[in-house]
This record gives sequence, structure tokens and C-alpha cells, in this order.
Amino acid sequence: MKYFGLIWKNVWRKKIRTSLTLLSVFVAFLLFALLSALGYAFKSGEDVADAERLVIIDKVSLINPLPMAYKNRIAATEGVHSVAHASWFGGYYQDPRNQFAQFPTDPYEYFSMYPELEMPEEQLENWAKNRQGAVLGRELAEQFGIKVGDRIPIQATIWTKADGGRTWEFDIEGIFGTNDPRGSTAFFLFHYDYFEEARAFGKGTVGWYILRVTPDADPVQVANAIDLQFANSPNETETSTEAAFAQSFAKQFGNIALIVTMILGAVFFTLLLVSGNTMSQSVRERISELAVLKTVGFTDRAVLGIVLAEAVLIMLMGGLLGLGIGWLLVQGAAQQLGAFLPGIFLSGEAILTAVGIMIGAGIVAGIFPALKAMRLSIIDALARA
Amino acid sequence: MSETLATLTGVSKTYQKGKEKVEVLHNLDLQIPAGDFIAIMGPSGSGKTTLLNLLGGLDKPSSGTVRVGDAELSSMSNSQLSHWRSTNVGFIFQFYNLLPVLTAQKNVELPLLLTDFSGKERAKRASIALEIVGLGDRAKHYPRELSGGQEQRVAIARAVVSDPALLLCDEPTGDLDRETADEILKLLQILNREHGKTIVMVTHDAQAAEYANRILHCDKGTLEAREAV
Repeated sequence: MKYFGLIWKNVWRKKIRTSLTLLSVFVAFLLFALLSALGYAFKSGEDVADAERLVIIDKVSLINPLPMAYKNRIAATEGVHSVAHASWFGGYYQDPRNQFAQFPTDPYEYFSMYPELEMPEEQLENWAKNRQGAVLGRELAEQFGIKVGDRIPIQATIWTKADGGRTWEFDIEGIFGTNDPRGSTAFFLFHYDYFEEARAFGKGTVGWYILRVTPDADPVQVANAIDLQFANSPNETETSTEAAFAQSFAKQFGNIALIVTMILGAVFFTLLLVSGNTMSQSVRERISELAVLKTVGFTDRAVLGIVLAEAVLIMLMGGLLGLGIGWLLVQGAAQQLGAFLPGIFLSGEAILTAVGIMIGAGIVAGIFPALKAMRLSIIDALARA
Repeated sequence: MSETLATLTGVSKTYQKGKEKVEVLHNLDLQIPAGDFIAIMGPSGSGKTTLLNLLGGLDKPSSGTVRVGDAELSSMSNSQLSHWRSTNVGFIFQFYNLLPVLTAQKNVELPLLLTDFSGKERAKRASIALEIVGLGDRAKHYPRELSGGQEQRVAIARAVVSDPALLLCDEPTGDLDRETADEILKLLQILNREHGKTIVMVTHDAQAAEYANRILHCDKGTLEAREAV
């Protein structure tokens, strides 16, 4: 710590150069924060996945519906504990920008399938009793100021009603939360019966099934048994774990993780060149000063440490600032986009990774100039000065 | 002058210049009593600075031994030499070699960073050193805000702040006008006479050499006493 003053002064010896380097570090870590949060949003479905839950979709595509008649056959399969279903409604609230997930489903089946969802028992019962009732997650309720007892319209973009209308009205009977800190509550649930009765087409089908296997069953064997059961039928199924389902759902948008990794790889490679160059210049222009440090008694290792510390300090200053501003932007984005893209979040793991990268990149950028400083011959350097 | 502070015995120093070997010092013997003030004169390339580097533990002899106080420098590792230099020897250069990013005070504190002194103690000792060289009021000034003579005074303060027994000066007045050079030399004389510092000074300037107690002439790798003041 007693060398900090010396290191700090050396970092700022060329203010413009250091500021520009800091700016490039800042931008790199701002990008890191934003892309990590985006990647986390796409991966959040996998993280909250339950190993005992399987998802059944049409083998051809997620958008092809499955017959409602499959439900009893799935439930009768060995190793299946319970079955629920849901469908994609794809509507919006008041304004086309207010899009969030809405699923027609069965109240009791859905809530027993997802025990992490928390809602007062009374609200669940009220919803079950009211055919036009609906419940929504706390995130949505807070974002749109919706409360229990409200009657709200949802404009359908896919499902027109049998009477030709596109406005579906719902009575809000409950607001649910989740006990999983990584889980999102930015979705809306309503009665499948109401949906089935009022929709103009697609009757007798559901979007997908969710099932829970018995504790002693092997999920892979159960999945195979179900797919085998519906093989060679008009609607062949593909049963996978919830994590695999979330992964394939996210992949509809492209391989986000790969894109994020590639962008960040390019950014950090450039960053290493920029900061490495800064450190090289900085050492080159003060050869005689480094020689003086050694003359007055600084050891070779101390000089190595000082130069490395300068490089790490530059990375930490720019990086933490970028990460901080990134965190603020992610917080803002989570509020604005939470309904459309739930789970956007800068995780502690991402922050730790970023700090690790800052220190690692500082060492990589500084190591060659630092070694040069360490190996410096006092006599040669002073003679050159 | 009583006990011997530094002893060079049979010291030779050879450098490799391309394919050629150049002997800079040849079988040199020298004893420097504690409290002495020696000026070493001689033409360029005669080995004056090499001799200074050997005495200061910046370089090692090709043969022979260099002993300063209790330390046998020729057998010490680089790391041991660094530690030894930090407390036993102060260097004063022709071009001052202050760190431009640090104030006079912080430049003087530099050698004390290697000690266990607290920040407060370091600051106190640096202030005293600056007072000794007459620059107590310039502590907050950066080198670029000081004259050449003042910079050299700061360099002298840095050299004495850790209270070393030996001061090695390489052309300390070579970049200064006559008047300022005399001030610096008087200061060195005070450090020698009143503070008991042993001083070895390399110089081309005969007038500067007169401030020393004795003058040695270095030529072709050997030393010869020319005159005593």
C-alpha cells in the first residue's frame, strides 16, 4: 500500500493517454455488463429449470400445437406424477409495446406444477371459480399498476375470438410471486376453458405439456416412453428436460452465448493491445526513472510489481466504472424490458468474472513492460539517460 | 579520519564490447577512511564512473573484492545489493534524476518507502532532509518548478534521507553554473564535515575537486593520488 502514491502518480503521468486508455477499458466493461445481462436473460430459463419437470412439444416445431387428447395418455405413462399444459397467447396490454407472456392453462394444475410460484390460497380459489379470471406476476402488476379486482383487456395478435373480436377481457383474481430469486414473474395466466370456448380456431389443442416425474423415475426413460407412444402419429412429440426446452427456446433467437462470447472476445483482444501499448510506452519513456528506483534500493521484483500494479490499476479503474454504469443501465432496462425480456440481470457471478478479467487483463497487458523494467540494467539505463 | 569505510582490493573490471574485451579497471587497490571526501578526476573512459558503480554496489568487479563497512559487495546477490544500497549509500547524479511526477518532498521520501517507517515518519524525515539542503519551503514543488541547483539539492536530500554513511556523486555540478556549483559543493562539504558523511565524487572540474580532502587521478584503469588539500 505504501507504493500506492507512486503507482497512482505514474498512472497519471500522461493524463490524456491514460484517459483514452481508461475510456477503452470503460467501454469494454460496459459492453461486458450489458451483454452478460442479456445472456443471463436468455439463460435464465435454464437456471430455474427443475430437473424433475419435463416439457413436451411437437417434434416439428414449438409453434405446432398438440392435441388435448394426449393429456390422459401422458398422465397414464409410467413414471409420470402429474401433467399440466399451457399455450402461447401472444397478446398485449393497452399498447403494442406492452408485450409479455400470457398462457391459458388450468389454475390448480399449473400452480402444483410450479411450487416456486407463491400466491395466497384464497386468490387461487377465486381464480379457479371465475372462468374469465386471470392472475399475473408481481413484476407485471407493479409495472402496469394492475391490482386484484381490476378488469383488464388483452389485445390478441394470434387468437381472434369466435365472434371476430380481438379483445379478451379478464378479471384479475390474484398476483403471484416466486421464491426462486432467479425466477421471473413477468407473465400472465388465465383459464384454458375460457380460451378454448372463445377462440375461433385451434380448438382441442394446447401449446405444450409440462409433466413432473415421480421421484424414483428416470426422466430420460420417461421422456423416451412418451415420445415412443406418439411416434408415427400426426403429432409426434419431443420430450425434453425443462432446461433443454429453455435452451432450445432461447436458441430461436440465435446462439446468444456464442454471439456474446465472440463480441467480448474481440473487444478484450483490442483492449489488451491498447493497454499493452500504453504500458510499453509508459515504461519506455521512464527507463532512467526506473533505474533510479533500483539505484535507491528497489529490488527487481518491487519494480516488476510496481509496473504490473499500474496496469492492473488502469484496468480496475476503467473496468469498475464501466461495470457500475452497466449495472445502472441494466437496472433501468430490467424495469423497461422486464415484461418483454424477463430475467435481464447482472449476476454476482458476472461481476466476479469481470473483476477477474480486469486483473487478468492488467497482468497480461503489463507483464512484458514489467519484465523489461525488472531486467533493466541500472548502469546501461543511467548511461543512456 | 580513523577506521576504513571502504576497501577495494585487486579490483579489475572488464567489459565485453562486441567481440572485444575492454579492461576499464586494472588490479586496483583503494582504501577510503570513514569521513573522507575524495574527488576522482580523469579523462573520459578512464574508469571513474565504473569505480563509483562498484563502490555503490551497482556493478560487480570481474576480479578482486569490494568491501564497504561490513559488507563484501562482490559476493552479494542483486537482491542483497538492493537492500544494502537502500540504507548504506546515497547517490547524486549529474542530471539530478528526480522523478518528475513527484513533488520534492515525495522524491526525498522515495528511499524511505523501503523502510518500515510510517507515512508520518517518512514525511518528517524528508522534511528534515529538505531543511538541511535549504529547501524546506519548496517541499510541494515539482522538479519542473525548480532551478537546476534546487533540483540538485533535492537529489542530495534524497541521498541523505536514509542517513547512509557513504555518498557517491557522479559529476554533481556538471550541469550547473559556477555559482550554483559552488553552493552545491559547499553543501557537500557541510555534509562531510558536520554530518560525517564519507563522500566520493567523480568530476572533470578541477575547481570542484578542490572542495575534497584529497584528489585521486584515474587513468587507464589505475588510480594515483595527485594532491591533497
